[in-house]
Amino acid sequence: MSATNTPHSQKGPETTHGHHPALAHHFVSMSQQHEANILGMWVFLVTEVLFFGGMFCAYTVYRIKFNTVFQEASNQLDITLGCLNTVVLILSSLTMALAVRSAQMGKSKEILGYLAATAVLGAMFLGVKYFEWKHDFQVHLVPRADFCWEYAKEQRKHADHHDKDVAFLPKLIGKFVGHHEYDPAPTIDQIAQDQKNPESQQARMFFVLYFAMTGVHAIHMIVGFGLIAAVAFFASKNTYGPEYYTPVEVLGLYWHFVDIVWIFLFPLLYLLGAHLGAGHGH
Amino acid sequence: MSHSEESHIHGPASLVLYIANFSALMVLTVLTIWAGMQDFGSLNTVIALGIAIVKAVLVILFFMHVIHSSPLTKLTIFASLFFLAIMILMILSDYLTRGFTGGLN
Repeated sequence: MSATNTPHSQKGPETTHGHHPALAHHFVSMSQQHEANILGMWVFLVTEVLFFGGMFCAYTVYRIKFNTVFQEASNQLDITLGCLNTVVLILSSLTMALAVRSAQMGKSKEILGYLAATAVLGAMFLGVKYFEWKHDFQVHLVPRADFCWEYAKEQRKHADHHDKDVAFLPKLIGKFVGHHEYDPAPTIDQIAQDQKNPESQQARMFFVLYFAMTGVHAIHMIVGFGLIAAVAFFASKNTYGPEYYTPVEVLGLYWHFVDIVWIFLFPLLYLLGAHLGAGHGH
Repeated sequence: MSHSEESHIHGPASLVLYIANFSALMVLTVLTIWAGMQDFGSLNTVIALGIAIVKAVLVILFFMHVIHSSPLTKLTIFASLFFLAIMILMILSDYLTRGFTGGLN
């Protein structure tokens, strides 16, 4: 299409031959390119659906197999923190959708603002997960050699008793700051004894699935932060407008997908045994 | 060369729509937690998954703009759910028909 031999890459936007600088030459129009990019992203999300789907299948099989113990294991998780994380992540989806909307209107500063909000909310999510996992490590619920189901149940009983008359807000703050008191760690013999118990092995299976699924989900969020940074960089250069906002939309698709995965993870992992009444946070 | 060129770049949706979608998702989250605390027996799982599916559909249609995406995009999404369904159904039909005692072996 070019009449000269100058490589396309050496031409600035002002000298490109009559089309938007972001239009790749194998596309007829910006609109066709946009549709192709969106379709391509969805094809990737299809692979992600099956990727997480495999883990959800494993969860389904073991949940059917070990139904009772899974409910009790689920009660070791903190519903309050899980709920907080759900609200934070859905809010981050809202801010991400608003970032895409700002890109469609070409408002670069707004894009940056909403992307920053999304990143902050995402960081809050990961922060809460850090405290959840830290607690799980301390009560020996991580499914490694020192997994000890009896010890974890004991700690939970102590914590529930300790927090019986504590108001909601101090209890919530106490999950993040302050000193948690745990019994002395279980001995090797106690651990060995515990692991001989089939109930312990079944509970351990729950935590294998819990850490695998929330771990992979967290990795996806961390990748998301990198992508947000990249898009923010280009937004700061006023790259996006009504004709070309595709990268922001594609990032939005990724982020919303990660949100949808959590929308399923939350009830399946946290609310499984909630009707038993012992499901409140420590 | 210019058939329906601009039909796939949609204008920005209204702010109200996004806020309304978010509010609906919040209501459904509260509902899910409340329902999880009740004992509906084997219905608990069905209700939890049902609400999660409604939330996912709201995110897909409105946050991910699928409601005005091309038919090819919608077909792709449907394909993923179709294959997910095959995976779940075939895995379960294997595991659930193994032992004569009716459990999983």
